[in-house]
Amino acid sequence: MDLSTLRSQFPALAQSNDGYPLCYLDTAATSQKPQQVIDAMNHYYQFDNANVHRAAHQLSARATTQYEAVRDKLRQLICAERREEIIFTHGTTESINIVAHGLTSQLKPGELILIDSAAHHANIVPWQELAQRTGAIVKPIPLTGDCRLDITAFDTLLTERPAIVALSHVSNVLGTVNPVAELVAKAKQVGALTLVDGAQAIAHMDVDVQAIDCDFYVFSGHKMYGPTGIGVLYGRFEQLDMLAPLMTGGEMIKSVSFSGTVFNQLPNRLEAGTPPIAEVIGLGAAIDFLNALPKTLVREAEQALLVYLQDSLQGLGDIELYGAHSDNLGAVAFNLAGEHHQDVGILLDQQGIAVRCGHHCAMPLMQILQLNGCCRASIGVYSNKADIDNFITAMKSVKELLL
Amino acid sequence: MSQSIQPSTADFLAVEFSQSAQATLALFQQANNWQERYRHIMLLGKSLTKLADKYRVESAQVRGCESDAWLYHSEIDGKHYFLADSDARIVKGLVTLLLIACNGKTSAEINAFDADDYFTQLGLQGQLSPSRTNGLLALAQAIKAGAVDSK
Repeated sequence: MDLSTLRSQFPALAQSNDGYPLCYLDTAATSQKPQQVIDAMNHYYQFDNANVHRAAHQLSARATTQYEAVRDKLRQLICAERREEIIFTHGTTESINIVAHGLTSQLKPGELILIDSAAHHANIVPWQELAQRTGAIVKPIPLTGDCRLDITAFDTLLTERPAIVALSHVSNVLGTVNPVAELVAKAKQVGALTLVDGAQAIAHMDVDVQAIDCDFYVFSGHKMYGPTGIGVLYGRFEQLDMLAPLMTGGEMIKSVSFSGTVFNQLPNRLEAGTPPIAEVIGLGAAIDFLNALPKTLVREAEQALLVYLQDSLQGLGDIELYGAHSDNLGAVAFNLAGEHHQDVGILLDQQGIAVRCGHHCAMPLMQILQLNGCCRASIGVYSNKADIDNFITAMKSVKELLL
Repeated sequence: MSQSIQPSTADFLAVEFSQSAQATLALFQQANNWQERYRHIMLLGKSLTKLADKYRVESAQVRGCESDAWLYHSEIDGKHYFLADSDARIVKGLVTLLLIACNGKTSAEINAFDADDYFTQLGLQGQLSPSRTNGLLALAQAIKAGAVDSK
């Protein structure tokens, strides 16, 4: 496959505003969707729309088959052992909430929860709430000066025998990659349960949950070229099976009577209510899209583009990059010398450049970096050198106006 | 708008703008491109007196703004006066544009003020959209609410 034709599969990218072609550098917030994802969802609504798991008729049987096939695709994608270990959720945030809620009765007062300092709020707040409910204590795992997780400090914290260790695979702000397999192995040695937030990893690297050996791995469909409103909770079967369901109701029960209700088995036990069927089918198409890519070629091109982005920004001068390493994935965080990130964002927007400016749902990280916020440019499989060059040209105009 | 700290009447009356609303409109309508418009915005922001640190407090903060923005209001002899600031230069300039149109006006005048129309005439349509994080819509609403509350 010629990588230059890959971009044409994303219809939203073919637009311009006021003569400026859209330069979409906000893939870490949500990726654009290839035509086949849009088509798959349309097809479902046009021809196969029915509720799943109630296959009294052909339509429902077709919907259920397609829906459940995506569970198998996901099992393969992340190398899970069993299909029941894949739970459909509405996104990473819900996935983490299901785990944090489900562990409530397993946690005792004074027990320790370790959290990645660079984590997204979705991997912080549910644990704080769990701590509030149980009397457990939350402690952040510090970062080193170059914005990597401080492994020495992590080792020291592990001597306190945490009950839970929550990590990010890839930082949503900085793009830094954590050595999660190594960290999980250490956490397991002291008996901790581990959760890895893979929202920013899943579209950019191979994920093998058995190799990582974590208890839970979570991600969202919309950051991997799939639709919004669909996420995944992977959990080791026996750990998932012990979670108290966050949501109860239809789909998740085996029998209901006023003398008592029996919950269904996994995965249904954690999937109450009618699921986002079209979104699951769209996610299936996104996985097909990813699987059809010449993986090595795409990964190498993406990595080279990220380094080009880092270098080009650095070359502009008066730019501060945060935690920019050549082995980062997907994103670059930066500020223009002493200028407010929002001013930079507004002026980039005037030129058709879509970046994210703010605290990126990672206020603790901003506090560590002593920033009010920053700008983030992030890339995907469709990003190309012209995007980066347009962005840099636009940044030159911004510099001219602001400095 | 009840605030624990409130600038003095003299503070409110001391606010002066480098140009009138009409002159501002003319300036923006003559602008050839967005760069010129945003240069004007930033210069306007620069001309607005900096809000003293003691007034840069949470109770005066305007919500919905990615940057920090503060607004104070006072009614003096039937006219409305505002003090505002932001730590982002463009936001401060956009706020100044609002104040140029509304400061020292009566309730009736502020009620009749159409912020959407005003920004469109300035060639800045879209900046007032609720989906923007510049806080401008919230500021415009706060200015209008200030004028209504005091009636």
